Amino acid sequence: MMAKIELKNIGKKFKDEEVIKNLNLTIEDGSFTVLVGPSGCGKSTTLRMIAGLDKQTSGDILIGGRSVNHIAPGLRDVAMVFQNYALYPTMTVRENIEFGLKNRKVPKQERDTLIHDISEIVGLTSYLNKKPQMLSGGQRQRVALARAMVKQPKVFILDEPLSNLDAKLRNQMRTELIQLHRRLGTTFVYVTHDQVEAMSMGDVIVVMNQGVIQQAASPAKLYGDPENLFTAQFIGTPAMNILNFSEVQGLHIPAAERIGYLGFRPEHVLMKQDLHREGFTLDGEIVTRESLGAETIYQIKSKAGVFFVKTFLEPMEMNSQIKVTIPYEQLYYFAPDGQRIRGIEAREKSLSFVGGK
Amino acid sequence: MTLWEKLRPYGMVAPAILVFSVFFIYPIFYMIYLSMFDWNFISPTKNFVGLQNFVDLFKDPDFMQVLKNSLVYMLLTVSLTIGISLLFAVWLNRTGVFYGFVQGAIFSPHIISLVSISLLWSWLMDPEYGLLNWAIGLFGFEKLPWLSHPSTSLISLVIVAVWKGIGFNTLVFIAGLQSIPKDIYEAANLDQSRPWKTFARLTFPMLSPTVFFLVIINMISSFQVFETIAIMTQGGPVNSTNTLVYYIYDYGFRFFKIGYASAAGVVLLVIVGLLTLLYFKLLSNRIHYR
Ligand SMILES: Nc1ncnc2c1ncn2[C@@H]1O[C@H](COP(=O)(O)OP(=O)(O)OP(=O)(O)O)[C@@H](O)[C@H]1O
Ligand SMILES: [Mg+2]
Repeated sequence: MMAKIELKNIGKKFKDEEVIKNLNLTIEDGSFTVLVGPSGCGKSTTLRMIAGLDKQTSGDILIGGRSVNHIAPGLRDVAMVFQNYALYPTMTVRENIEFGLKNRKVPKQERDTLIHDISEIVGLTSYLNKKPQMLSGGQRQRVALARAMVKQPKVFILDEPLSNLDAKLRNQMRTELIQLHRRLGTTFVYVTHDQVEAMSMGDVIVVMNQGVIQQAASPAKLYGDPENLFTAQFIGTPAMNILNFSEVQGLHIPAAERIGYLGFRPEHVLMKQDLHREGFTLDGEIVTRESLGAETIYQIKSKAGVFFVKTFLEPMEMNSQIKVTIPYEQLYYFAPDGQRIRGIEAREKSLSFVGGK
Repeated sequence: MTLWEKLRPYGMVAPAILVFSVFFIYPIFYMIYLSMFDWNFISPTKNFVGLQNFVDLFKDPDFMQVLKNSLVYMLLTVSLTIGISLLFAVWLNRTGVFYGFVQGAIFSPHIISLVSISLLWSWLMDPEYGLLNWAIGLFGFEKLPWLSHPSTSLISLVIVAVWKGIGFNTLVFIAGLQSIPKDIYEAANLDQSRPWKTFARLTFPMLSPTVFFLVIINMISSFQVFETIAIMTQGGPVNSTNTLVYYIYDYGFRFFKIGYASAAGVVLLVIVGLLTLLYFKLLSNRIHYR
């Protein structure tokens, strides 16, 4: 049962508004793919086109190698979990789960076994005869999952399924979903606008902005090797620091005129002077200190701009004037249009001092 | 707290209470009072007759006919209005100039006065020169007597009431339909639910509070039908369209048997009262799917 999803040159317009522009994406069979991006970037629209609830304006969608352009939503072998659950308020939990099976004329015997098994898995057995309105958010979430699972689809589509839950329940459900994915081994396509959720759940993360895929890669690659400014700033908390390259001093680089921005992650900044580390140094003034327990986040104002520093398990830095170092290999360079420029090596500090202050 | 502060709230509601008492409460009690007298509106003396008016009322075969007419009229009007309005609502519940236009068109009878409507339909339903008979003649059907024969007169009035009522009822149904979240339908679509099944299992049950509300208000208003009857049939032919309110009017203001008319009024009051009670009773529990 192959369920590779291919989106080929997909475009979507609502009236004259172009929401998705020439999107190409392959979602591997059995993968847990997460679409992430800011609100309004077209995540839901992409999902809905895969499910068939919205029709693409141009391009082809293939599921398991077969074009589904003209196949009705119910026949695509796709199950969807909606953001607001979309449970049927007129039916009990059991009827909600059973509805799709009945419509597909699954025999009663088989329905009962399926419902029994699935309500065990999601822990709903004692709620089967209640109406969804009587359940808590987390329980409704499980009903929505059960309703999708019971159809044993090739593809699961989940649109921000955890956004209505409180932080603790969200963490718990996140783990459960990951386990569920391992157990079922089906393709999951998951939408969220929370990058932490995306990083912790996905095998592949697709970062979208304004209807365009910015990068599709594993979490580690997104973090360590972003393609462009948008991805670099979207992944990580706090986000990658970006300085305007023209305001940066003390960094001597070949072909510097191609560079528009300099980036580095807050957690890669060294607060303590370490003479053995070669790196880019910045003088600055600590503006705020924020302690999150094990981590401390500093906001530092320098001549080149404001940036953040994150330290882990270190005593709070109390001096207000400070000199920080960023190892050269932790610096990222971006062209003025935001594209990453790879293969640049900064030179020794001593050389860059020639025209310095 | 000064005396003024204590009295102020009462002072504020007093005008409303006064108007309500004079124009609603007092007439009701006065009607109940009058129903126990024999009085002709003019004579200075009213003869107390106890419950005799009610006894006469229920012995009168005409009144029995009136009750039956009212019931039949109510059942037909309510079921047809609700049924057709629901169909219209499901059809019209989408955006687009055309649908907006149709909505407006079927709503327009609601704002036309009943007198104009009655005159218009009297003309449409004229057996000789009416547009309706001409139209059905085109399809090769025989002419219908419409208002002029007991076999078709009541249903003719029902048609007029339904025609006038559909617009408003459709509007209320559309509002109800629009309060149903769209993603429920998308989920049903993914669950391979056929349109009819979606309607029966989801749409209709979710509309049930609306259906119920409309059934009750339509029942109440159809028991109160008067204008169309007064203008189009005067209760005839042979009492076939005589209903409660028209009967009361006949006895009260044409035969000047005020006591007797009041007794019939009390019967109407009881029926409408019971329906209202039923509405509030059932509204507070059960019918809601929540
Ligand atoms: N039915 C519609 N008609 C017109 N425009 C629409 C429609 N649905 C979505 N859009 C537009 O398409 C764009 C993408 O919407 P979409 O719902 O896919 O965003 P999203 O990434 O899911 O955002 P969120 O995280 O807020 O859910 C938005 O600009 C939205 O205004
Ligand atoms: Mg969305």
